[in-house]
Amino acid sequence: MMISGRLLAVMRKEFIHIIRDPRSLVLIFLWPVIMVLLYGTAITFDIKEIRIGVLDFDHSRVSRELLRDLTASDYFRISGYLDKRSEIDDGFLKGRFTAVLVIPAGFEKQKALNTGRIQLIVDGSNSNTATVVIQYFKSFCMLHQWESGVAVSAPLSLHPRVWYNPDLKSAHFIVPGLIAVILMMICAQLTSITLAREWETGTFEQILVSPVLPHEIILGKLAPYLLLSLSVSVVTLAFSVAVFKVPFRGSLLLLLVLSIVYIYASLSIGVLISTRARTQQVALLASQILTLLPSFLLSGFIFPVLYMPLVLKAVTYLVPARYYLVIIRGIMLKGVGPGDLAQPCLLLVLFGTFLIAFSIHRFKTVLEKAPWAG
Amino acid sequence: MSPPAGRLQGGYSVVVEDLSRSFGDFCAVDRISFQVKDGEIFGFLGANGAGKTTTIRMLCGLILPTSGRGLVEGLDIGKEAEEIRKIIGYMSQKFSLYEDLTVSENLEFFGGLYGLSHAQVTRKVKESATAADLEAFSGRRTREIPLGLKQRLALTCAVMHNPHVLFLDEPTAGVDPISRRDFWALIHELASGGTTVFVTTHYMDEAEYCNRLAVMHKGRIAASGSPKSLKNRYQKGSIEEMFIGLVGRERTADDD
Repeated sequence: MMISGRLLAVMRKEFIHIIRDPRSLVLIFLWPVIMVLLYGTAITFDIKEIRIGVLDFDHSRVSRELLRDLTASDYFRISGYLDKRSEIDDGFLKGRFTAVLVIPAGFEKQKALNTGRIQLIVDGSNSNTATVVIQYFKSFCMLHQWESGVAVSAPLSLHPRVWYNPDLKSAHFIVPGLIAVILMMICAQLTSITLAREWETGTFEQILVSPVLPHEIILGKLAPYLLLSLSVSVVTLAFSVAVFKVPFRGSLLLLLVLSIVYIYASLSIGVLISTRARTQQVALLASQILTLLPSFLLSGFIFPVLYMPLVLKAVTYLVPARYYLVIIRGIMLKGVGPGDLAQPCLLLVLFGTFLIAFSIHRFKTVLEKAPWAG
Repeated sequence: MSPPAGRLQGGYSVVVEDLSRSFGDFCAVDRISFQVKDGEIFGFLGANGAGKTTTIRMLCGLILPTSGRGLVEGLDIGKEAEEIRKIIGYMSQKFSLYEDLTVSENLEFFGGLYGLSHAQVTRKVKESATAADLEAFSGRRTREIPLGLKQRLALTCAVMHNPHVLFLDEPTAGVDPISRRDFWALIHELASGGTTVFVTTHYMDEAEYCNRLAVMHKGRIAASGSPKSLKNRYQKGSIEEMFIGLVGRERTADDD
């Protein structure tokens, strides 16, 4: 495809539209930053200060020691003392605590004989939190030697080392993913709205009676938004690294190049929408439906694609964010090089090019189907 | 750009034969036939919904006919729409300008769509009859300029590439009488320069400015000829009386 004067005219005009609308421009840059700030803080799997109710039937020196050790960590906080078992249910219903620690009478004596038993009752209505609470409590017992004997008599001992995110901070995992999600949403909206607006004002018709070709319209509109979205991604990236201290181990250049590919694929979703949507409202709604949920749920952003049911796993191949997540997490957290990212990159190029080609084809026949009033 | 040699059919710029277009069950244009001579101002007169806009859209290649044939400068509207686009100009009643662009940016953009360079656009604007106004407002956003000037700007954009045929779809809708008169002066100037002008309108006084007229009613051509011959044929003093007589008579016929 040759770069014609017509293509340049469309590009230039589109660029003017962007800079003539400073309010939208501010919004386009501010929105991702706010999203990263909000979601980066809100979406966390790090559970701290688990509220524990205590039902201590022993009231001994040892039971007090146990409780002291428990509250010494950041992970547990005693939110109330109970007197009888019947109070447990009520406390769960009122949400006063997530788990109850029951220390039976005679615990001190049994502990001395290495047969001490305590019980942890966990509110399982949020299974995720419940699992984490149980894990934390087990580690706590091991660490403080409350689970007797394990550290001493185990035939083998396990020393886990976590790589790439040694503190297991959720933010390091979530924030790069958020950038992927936000970019996909913004890109789809930008292109779908710009074309729908021209349908609304009737300027599209004016363009279509000129010799300009469908690919010149589409590529001419794509180029300025590619540039705009790339700057948005750079700003959001810089903000994320600065505020959430997300490590950046790989090559910035590589990430930028692959971001362009991802933006291209995401913009093409908006182009496809605009071959149908005739008003900005419809375009906005369609782009939100097509990008928000898929990028959140079917990209691996929160739920790993690897463990999805087969049908959903198949659908994830149609979500560009899926590929970009591999790219951005790989480069930022692990410092992955270009060789290992060739496949997601190639699939993004294919995705975008297929949608663009399909849209160009649709544009050729689209007018024919539009019912005009006589 | 000159018309492809030998393709013009006996001095006719637009030739339409049995052209129809339906939308579902509704027949917007029903087997119409007419010819527009090279360099004349041809008016399409009719009420809203008579099928004027559908006809113009078919001739511009924006929609395909359901049946029948149409030639613009000898090019088939069904098969050679891409070629037609290079030699026609089109202006719709919405004016279709970019309101957030300045006057000169609009001119540059539409010139660019036809492959004109910056210098060519500047020269073309200087030559145009509205040059003084366009230059005075060149740096202003289009949404801020008076409606009459907007209309003349839209026309200048539509003729930037010296089209052989200019299609105007109710170009004066909603514009004050003085601006309408100025606008028609521009149309006459274009026609005297050799451009064929095809214009739809529902203003009866504007119909008098045309060399020839076709009166459209319910998707069909009810009558055609020069304004003078039409008035003579129906023995009316004005086009308005002729139109009401013609359309009113058909209505009574329908009721029977």
